[in-house]
Parts: sequence; structure tokens; C-alpha cells
Amino acid sequence: MAAVTPLLTTTDLCKAFGGLRAVDHVDFSVAPGEVRAVIGPNGAGKTTFVSLVCGRIAPTSGTIVFDGRDITAMPAHERVRAGIAYTFQITSVFPNLTAFDNVALPVQRTLADGRGSGRLRDGVMAALSRTGLAARAGTPAGALSYGHQRLLEVAMGLALKPRLLILDEPTQGLSDGEIDSFVGLVREIARDATVLLIEHNMPVVMALADRITVLDAGKVLAEGTPDEIRANAQVQAAYLGTEAA
Amino acid sequence: MGFGPHLLLATLEGLVTSAVLALTALGLSLVFGVMRVVNVAHGEFYMLGAVVAWWIASLVTGHPALGFLAALVVSPLIVGAMALVCERLVLRKLAYNPESTIVATIGILYIIQQLALTFYGADARPVPPPFNVRVQLPWFGYSGYKLSVIAASAALLLATWFVLTRTRIGLVMRATQYDGETARAFGIPVETVYAGVFALGAMLAAIAAVLIVPISQAHYLMGRDPLLLSFIVVIIGGLGSLRGTVLAAVLIGLADGIISVFFSPTLAKIIATLLVAMVLVFRPQGLFGTAAR
Amino acid sequence: MTREETSIRTWLLHALVVAALFALNFVLPDYHHGVLARVMVLAVFAMGYNLLFGYVGLLSLGHAMFFAAGLYGAGLPMVHLGWGAGAGFATGLAAGLALSLAIGFLALRTTGVAFMIVTMMFSQVVYLLTFYFGSWTRGDEGLVIQQAERRLSFAGFDLDLTSPATRYMAALILFAVVLALTLAIVRSSFGRVLVAIRENEERTRMLGFDVFAGKLAATVVSGTICAAAGAAYAILFGYVGASFASVQYSILPLLWVLLGGAATTLGPLLGTLLMYYLIDGSGDLLKAWLPGWNVSHLGIVGLALVVLVLFFPRGILGTIRGRWVRWLP
Repeated sequence: MAAVTPLLTTTDLCKAFGGLRAVDHVDFSVAPGEVRAVIGPNGAGKTTFVSLVCGRIAPTSGTIVFDGRDITAMPAHERVRAGIAYTFQITSVFPNLTAFDNVALPVQRTLADGRGSGRLRDGVMAALSRTGLAARAGTPAGALSYGHQRLLEVAMGLALKPRLLILDEPTQGLSDGEIDSFVGLVREIARDATVLLIEHNMPVVMALADRITVLDAGKVLAEGTPDEIRANAQVQAAYLGTEAA
Repeated sequence: MGFGPHLLLATLEGLVTSAVLALTALGLSLVFGVMRVVNVAHGEFYMLGAVVAWWIASLVTGHPALGFLAALVVSPLIVGAMALVCERLVLRKLAYNPESTIVATIGILYIIQQLALTFYGADARPVPPPFNVRVQLPWFGYSGYKLSVIAASAALLLATWFVLTRTRIGLVMRATQYDGETARAFGIPVETVYAGVFALGAMLAAIAAVLIVPISQAHYLMGRDPLLLSFIVVIIGGLGSLRGTVLAAVLIGLADGIISVFFSPTLAKIIATLLVAMVLVFRPQGLFGTAAR
Repeated sequence: MTREETSIRTWLLHALVVAALFALNFVLPDYHHGVLARVMVLAVFAMGYNLLFGYVGLLSLGHAMFFAAGLYGAGLPMVHLGWGAGAGFATGLAAGLALSLAIGFLALRTTGVAFMIVTMMFSQVVYLLTFYFGSWTRGDEGLVIQQAERRLSFAGFDLDLTSPATRYMAALILFAVVLALTLAIVRSSFGRVLVAIRENEERTRMLGFDVFAGKLAATVVSGTICAAAGAAYAILFGYVGASFASVQYSILPLLWVLLGGAATTLGPLLGTLLMYYLIDGSGDLLKAWLPGWNVSHLGIVGLALVVLVLFFPRGILGTIRGRWVRWLP
């Protein structure tokens, strides 16, 4: 991996809320094309960490470099334009807009001319088809089932044509069948984008991740391949040990 | 009269304004602090307090002090009852949604103005002060009644402070202000607290109005300036803070009194309003922070 | 129904409304003819307000300042410098544009309740300024623009904007242009972003949109439309007074839009029209029923606001759209 220039690097990244260090001196890097899982117990700082990466909150100190550019001070919407897409942990589609309009928003942002309604429609339908929602284009997002809303959320992320797609607990609340098709979808996405996956569901993590970073109390506890992480005693003590049934 | 005495006079006038303003703004601040809603009709409860005071005073014969005292007791009760009706019929139905409540209380503002115009009329009418004593200072004589307004207001503020910080009622209010959901879980009747706070806020405005009505007359449009000034005080003083509200009221009242004596009142209002708007724009977190969605 | 069919149907509906207003010019009795001309100008004010309140979800309590900017921006140079109607209208628009840009830049740093209070305070400043500069504006009493100034001359035409038919047509043209503009905006990609901001600001930002810029653009378009209404009001009705900058004229567009239906293109016209006749008609009725009583429109406005917020928060067209006609823009 050392030979590849990382897509995303954080150096000495910190975020403190009052006295609580939610993210504590995190050095982290992801290579292009990788599927990276970030795991850790509740309150380990996973969501805070990716929120720093996508710019929803500002770090207390440290730097973030994306594709060779220092983006630490860049506002969130510009980071999205630079290629970092974030899908929310709590489903936050636009409930009163149709599925089509939900996806049209990110598509129109990426279209150079923005006016060609034909190209807009093609882009929207492509993203909806990829997530299996094409037949529901005209349905208000709020009327979709929970599983479909999660898929719509991913479709919106996809439509941004991101280079780094951050999925924050995407399988939360999905049924087993939905999770299986979701894993297939992420594999497909990973063919042309780098994926940063925050996930609690260990089978999903083990099935998808190239590498895993374990956070605990805001610090990086371990990093390695799924097999290495599985074998890591420290991780087992801090995290897997409590969950492995 | 030299500059010094002139300034003293302006300061005294400013303190009278401050005294009345502190009570009115405290009512607005309590409602905003506990219920998280802005009551735009607050100035109209003030106006109602004055109008009802005139009505009661005109019913009571004999010494003016009798009529005034009757008004001081009955007027806040009537206004508080009207506030309860508004709370029951409107605010509760809106589930205290901040934006809907503002629009609805604008509606209530107009309805109350209309009621006052219809039943009281468009004239300005005075209430005779309970006593006519002039306190003779070395440079000028000053109304003893105005000095008593300052004292009465200070006493009422102290009483409110005592209730809020030293009694069970105050504890329940602060618990509701801190977290309504948790308060409900602990068996606090949150809706009753809201109704009580809304009525109390209106009553404070009504008391302020009864105190001022012997000095300035009762009129159906008299609620406008107190509303704006109360907003200013609440914004400057910080939300839900009794001390901040009183300090800001003294500051604004004195500034209003002194600036109006030496400068054009319109210019003073323009500058004050602009400054307060800027405070809200650049320091919203300390002032309206939690109300912002 | 495909998107094309919806599109055709929508434009057709709006064209029909404009055509109906055009036809009314020839059949209405004098009094109602005059009322409708006034209502169309005020409906432009309401449409400007609706763009920000209905579509972006920003509840301003200070839009009277933008109407006043147009009113005084047009009226002051016409009265004091003897400018013509065309130049007056242009300065009115420019004043509204500049003011909405400045106010948007400041007020949009706040949200929710603070935004409402801040806009109200800025508007109050503008209101007080009309008194402070009373030597030019004559405050409450106001200015009357002479008939001679209220003419529009171009390309050999010389239109007398004080004649009822010309005035009606001028109001209709302004109304139609702003209606088409509103419709085009809400159906555009930009309109979709505005609605997205209303629905979920944070999500919109995380789709790569500059939310502040979007809100600022909407504020400027909204403010400038309101200023266009103010400038047209000054020119067509010849009166420029401080009451148009008062709090009440910030509340009225809110009321009109709430009544007609927020975030509907035709709601502002419907709301303005109904409210105008409600106030107008109830005044006479109440005077007949309660002779000698002091009645004004205050109570009607207040009751309407409370009833709308409590029972019909979506307004007339919003309710119709929710229940029956889903394609209504």
C-alpha cells in the first residue's frame, strides 16, 4: 500500500466537545479504491470522525488532506463538490419530495450545464435503477418503506458521483434480505469509488472491508485486514469480546 | 437649570421607564424562557392592563387611591384570565410550535387591539394617581408617585426573584424550562406550568401598565413601544436570566430617558433598534440560541 | 401523467388566469375594476413574500421594508427630481435589490425565531427612517405624485398611467411577468434547491449546495419583487406614505399567502383578493350592524391569522393540492 498515494489522510486530527475528546489525535489514511470499515464501540467517535472528514463539524486541531489538497478549512458543500459524499446515519431524505426529485438534487449539482432536462432524467433514473428504486420514482420519499428510504439515501450519495463515499451505519434497521442486497450494492459501488463504511454489523464489515480501522475512546486502537483485526487481542478485549456471542 | 440637574432629571425619568420596562420584559422573558415561544401579543396585555385599570378606577368612587388600589389588584387578574384563555384556545392547540405561535400571537395582538378600540374607544384617558406628593430636591421638585413606581417595581422584582429561586413553584418552572420532556417524566404537569407561566407573564405586563397609567394615559395602541423595548431588553439581557433582564431594562430605560432628553427620539430609536438587530445577528447563540431551529 | 403533461397543464392554467384577468378589464364595474388593479399590485408583493416564506421556508416579519424601498425608491425621485415613471420604477427596483442584498447578508446568519425578530427590527429601522427624513418623505402624511409625472413614454407611445384602463393593464403586465417568473423559478433546478433547503437544510448542504448562497439569492429575488410592487404602487396610485413601511405591511403579505396557500403560485393572488374583499365588505357590514361602534379591519386581520394558523395552515390552494389536485405548482 505504501506505494499508492492515499486519497484521504488525516494528521493528528482532534475534536473536543468541552472536556470530552471525541476524536483524539487520529492519523488515518485511505488508499484509492479501498473499502475501509471504521468500527468501534458506541461513543468511540466514529460519527464525529467522519463528520470532520466531510466538514459537518470543524476540528479542534489537525489537518485533513483529500486527493493532495488540504481541505481542513473548506466548507462542507465544497468538499462535496470535491468528491466527498456523506450518507446520513439517521435517514434524512426529503420526505415531501418524490424519489425522483430527491435524486435530481445531487444529479443537477454534478451536471455541467444543469439545464439539459434529458440528461437530468437519465442521471436520476440511472441512480434509481442501480438501487432498484426506478419503479418508485414518482413516490414521495416519505411514503417509501424504511429499507427503500435507506436505499434512496445511497442513491443520492451515488448520484453525486463521489470519489469517496461515506456510509454511516447504512444497514441499521434493515432486514437480513435487504442487508444481503445492500452488500452486493456496496461491492458494485466500490468498483469506481472509495468507500468509508461505519458499521456495527460485523458480518457486513467482514464481507465488505479491505481494511478495518478500530476506534476506541476517540483513538485509533488498531488497523489491518479483517483477519488481522479478528486476531487482535486488544480489539477483542475492547470491542469484539463484548459482542462475540 | 444646569447640566447636572438636567442629567439627574433625565436619570430619574429613565429609572421610571426602567422600572416599568423591567416588569414588562420579565414577563416576556419568562414566557420565552420556560415555553420557548415568543409572545408578540405581550404588549397588548400591557395595554389591556392600563385600559382595565382605567375602567376599574372609573367605577370606584371616593379617594383616587381606592380606585388605583382596586385596579392594581383586579386588572392583573382580569388580564391573566384573558391570557389563560389565549393559551388554552390557541397556543396549546399549536403544541407551542415557535413559528406558528408567533403568527398566532400576531393575530391575538390585532384581536385585542380591536376589542380595546370597540369597547374602550380611540381616546387616551388618564387614571388619577393615588397620591399627589412632590418631593422637593434642591434644583427641582419631583413627583413622589414616580419615585414610588420605582420602589414598587423593585419590590415586585425581588418578590419574583424569590419565587423563582426559593420556592417549589420556581423549582418546577426551572425544571420545565430546562427539559420539558424529563419534567413530564417526573410527574410535573408541564401543560399547567405553561398555562401558569403564560398568565404570569401577562400579569407582570398588566401590573407594569397599572403603575404607569397615572403617568401616561391609557390608549388602545399603547402596547407597541413596550413590546419592542421588551424584545430589546430580552435580547440584550439574555434569555431566561432574571438578573440580565433587570440589568438590561435599567440600561435601556436610562439610555432611553437620557438620549431622548438630549437627542431626537426617532434617531435614538433607530440606533437602538439597529444595534439590537446586530446583536442578534452576530451573537445569536447567547441570546436566542436554543430557539433557533 | 407524465412530466410534460403536467408542464403543459400548469402553464395553461396560469395563462388562463392571466387571460381571465385581462377579460375582466372590459366587464368589471368601475369600483371593482379599481380594486382589482390594486389587488394585482399587492398580489405581486405577496408573490415576492411567498417565494421566501413558502418555498424556502424563511418566515420574515419585515418585508414591508422591501415594499417601502420600491415605494420610496420610485416616489422620492419622481416627487423631488421630477423623474418620469420609467426611471422611477428602475430606481425603485434598484433600491429593493440593494436593500435585500444587505439585509439578506445580515439576517440570514440567523434562523427560526431569531430570523423573524431580526427582519422585524430591520424593517422597523426603515419605518423610523421615513420619519427621521420627514422633510423629504413627510412621514405619515406622505407624498402625492402628480399626474403629470405618472406617464410612461417610450418608442413614440405616451401612456397616462392615471387612466383606469391603462393603470389596470400596467398592473396586469407586472402581475403576469412576476407570475411567470415565480412559476419558472419554482419549476427550475434552483426552485428544487430552495424547497430542499426548506425541507432539510443540513441534507441540502451535504449534497454540495451552498445553502447560504441559495437563501441569499432567494431573499434578493423576493425583496426585489416586493420592491417592484412598491414602485408600481407609487406610480399607479400616486401615493407614498410611511404606513406602507409599518409592521402591518409586513404582516399583511404573510396573511395573504397563508390564506391563499403558501408555496403555491396562485395562492398569493387568491389570498390578496379574498382578504381585500373580506376587509372591505366586513367594514361596511359591521358598521351597518353596530352603528356608532368603533370597528376597523384590525379584528378581521387578527381573527383570520389565528383561524388560519389553527385550522388551515396550508391555506386554500395548499389544501386543494393536498386533497385533490396534486400537480398544482
